[in-house]
Amino acid sequence: MKKIILVFSLFLIGFSVQSQEVKKKKSAKITFEVDGICGMCKKRIETAALKTKGVKFAIWSVETHQLNLILDERKTDVATVQQNILAVGHDVFDADDKKVVATTEAYNSVHPCCKYRDEEIILDHNGDLKKQKKQ
Amino acid sequence: MDKNTPKDNLGVEGASVHWLHTNVSAITNKKGWFSIPYKEEYKKLVVNYLGYKTDTISITNLKAIHHFLTEQSELKEVIVKAKKKATYKSFLSTTNMFTVNSGELLKAACCNLAESFETNPSIDVSFSDALTGTKQIQMLGLTSPYLSITQENIPSVKGASQVFGMTFTPGTWVESIQITKGAGSVVNGYESISGQINAELVKPFSDNKFFLNAYSSLNGRLELNTHFNQKISDKWATGVYIHGNYRGEKFDKNNDNFLDSPLANQINVMNRWQYIDVEKGWVSFINVRFLNDEKQTGELNFNPTLDKGTVNAWGSEIDTKRFETSAKLGYVFPELPFQSVSLQFAYSNHQQDSYFGLRTYEIEHESIFSNIIFNSIIGDTRNKFKTGISFTHDNYEELVSITNYDRKETSAGAFFEYAFDNLNDFSLTAGLRIDTHNLLATFVTPRIHARYVPWENSVFRASAGRGKRSANIFAENQQFFASSRQIKVDDVGGNVYGLNPEVAWNYGVSYMQKFNIFDKKGDITFDFYQTDFTNQVVVDWENPQEISFYNLKGNSIANSFQVEVNYNIAPYFNFRTAYKYFDISTEYIAGNLQKPMHPKNRFFANLSYETPAKETGAQWKFDVTFNNIGKQRLPNTASNPAQYQLPSHSDSYQLLNAQITKVFSNKFEMYAGVENLTNVQQENPILASDDPFGSYFDSTIVYSPIFGRAMYAGLRFKIK
Repeated sequence: MKKIILVFSLFLIGFSVQSQEVKKKKSAKITFEVDGICGMCKKRIETAALKTKGVKFAIWSVETHQLNLILDERKTDVATVQQNILAVGHDVFDADDKKVVATTEAYNSVHPCCKYRDEEIILDHNGDLKKQKKQ
Repeated sequence: MDKNTPKDNLGVEGASVHWLHTNVSAITNKKGWFSIPYKEEYKKLVVNYLGYKTDTISITNLKAIHHFLTEQSELKEVIVKAKKKATYKSFLSTTNMFTVNSGELLKAACCNLAESFETNPSIDVSFSDALTGTKQIQMLGLTSPYLSITQENIPSVKGASQVFGMTFTPGTWVESIQITKGAGSVVNGYESISGQINAELVKPFSDNKFFLNAYSSLNGRLELNTHFNQKISDKWATGVYIHGNYRGEKFDKNNDNFLDSPLANQINVMNRWQYIDVEKGWVSFINVRFLNDEKQTGELNFNPTLDKGTVNAWGSEIDTKRFETSAKLGYVFPELPFQSVSLQFAYSNHQQDSYFGLRTYEIEHESIFSNIIFNSIIGDTRNKFKTGISFTHDNYEELVSITNYDRKETSAGAFFEYAFDNLNDFSLTAGLRIDTHNLLATFVTPRIHARYVPWENSVFRASAGRGKRSANIFAENQQFFASSRQIKVDDVGGNVYGLNPEVAWNYGVSYMQKFNIFDKKGDITFDFYQTDFTNQVVVDWENPQEISFYNLKGNSIANSFQVEVNYNIAPYFNFRTAYKYFDISTEYIAGNLQKPMHPKNRFFANLSYETPAKETGAQWKFDVTFNNIGKQRLPNTASNPAQYQLPSHSDSYQLLNAQITKVFSNKFEMYAGVENLTNVQQENPILASDDPFGSYFDSTIVYSPIFGRAMYAGLRFKIK
């Protein structure tokens, strides 16, 4: 009897694994937040995302900090993309909206004007935005 | 919440919400709820979510908000254009392309497409002859037949409309122009050799609800443009655009008994329909257009009803009727914004009835163009491709004096263009097309463009490509009809007028460096292009009693070098200058000669200043353009009697144009300007004007303005 239950539960596990496979989309739309500040950050974030094998499309918004992705779930997952973005020095927000901080080493690799953790630089960029608006 | 399913009341998870122009933002949770810090100065809330339209909501109180998002397709982005600089040189595009916006077009009295390049150094504008008043454009030293001119990517100025076609698109209809130097994209066909000019017309959804432009010049030209645009539903919009111009006064300032500019009238009506379904990803345009253009020129006392076909007085009339219709359909896969399919179809019927003295010229050209393009990616958006098929059919019925030249051209082709972008310092576009044509046989057209950023703020570009076309010798060189020249066509047994098709390779390099001097931005660009003809239909003017067309034997090379500097001297004060050098030599029967009536050296400068706009939009705009046109070689006239001879070279001369615009409000503005301020005039634009039916009459040797100083004024009125 135990054996039967075991076999049955194994079968169930197999089934549930399979059903999860089916769910993996070839072109899944995914959105999460990435910290950054300017056009240069945008380029760095999008490049890191796109260079992840399986990511087809990546757009990051300077204004909203949202990174919109289309990726092939059979080839990659959100965690891998986030790892690659952390590696180039940008903090990301995981599924529970918790901030995952990039290592200091990685953060230090970004251009001085992209130091998004620095209050002063943030203010500086806002000033820039205002100047552009006026012109 | 998703607009499609309001009843489910399902929230959108992961949408971002932020206050306009701030970094204060929030993300919606699983139910689509959010809360966001608030300050009194925050008035507008922006909601952003992938695949949906970005909405901006005005917040007037602190109550909870319900907001429905509308799904959007990426195609919408193609239609809505952000306001950029008046002339925009792309730093990122792989091709050497720049965009001229309507702002730039307003800088000069551009009444039609041919005249809209006066403030642009890359395109040279000159008169084609002394009679028709037609302006001709050139790029890289080559005239428009070697340039592909498209209207919203559908070939427009070609075949029968080659010479006058540019004057058939009113300036106010143009929203922007994209100019690409060198070999273009294979997607648009195989004919372009020196470059491409694409004109985007105003769109019913984005153009003013009502627009009026009235223009009048002291040389007797009157113009009226009106636009009416109407939204039919949230998916359909339509616009009616009417243009009329009229010149009824006779001018003969140089006392040669010939009209300095033709009597003319044109009626041009277009109706556009635009369809956008953002939810399903469909976009469409449908256009219908009709044109009637009449010109009369010749001797002052010429009366068409009495003198046509006689030697009482020399005169000419050119009447054109043109009907065209086109449709475009685009579909973007809603789940995959990088994948789309589009279909273009165009039909036109062009009928020109004309006579030049005793010579009749009639041409009817029916044209069908169709193209299907599929866009997608390989792996990710760093590797894109376009592929598709095209079909064209042209039917020509041409009558020159008493000889009929009828022909049909049919071609079918397939193309593939791959674009790579490493998102950093390198991009490449490589295209190939194969066409099979009833008169040009089956041939391959390769084109390649590359872009490299060697260091900050600079970009290096290179291109190479092949072009092939059948020369439409009469339609493209109509000006020679207004002379006593005998027509000679060297029949070598080719399929088009007995001639073989033209084939050329174009190579180019360009380097642009942006700089910052005294805290002011500027850029400098160096361009070098070479067009090398392996076969050309040579137009030989060297015998003053003849015009002959023959296939090239030997070399024909056009070299063009340009250096251009743009500098922002002070806020609202811009300076643009360019030096251009052209070396265009062709093997004529008489030997290897420089192209006639084409200066080797040109210098261009443009200054523009505008006062800061007030709240109401009120401002002043000033614009001055200077051109120095170098010495030009004139066609050989040595065998003529002494009084009908011209020197071997023309003198250089300077041109100055200026315009002032006073903007009163966002609705109303007035402008006034002067063309050819220093009153430069060609002394003797018509050879043997005293004996127009004799064997030395020639109105084709035109190298400087015929009409002196011309003042104009106009107004623009718009309702958004």
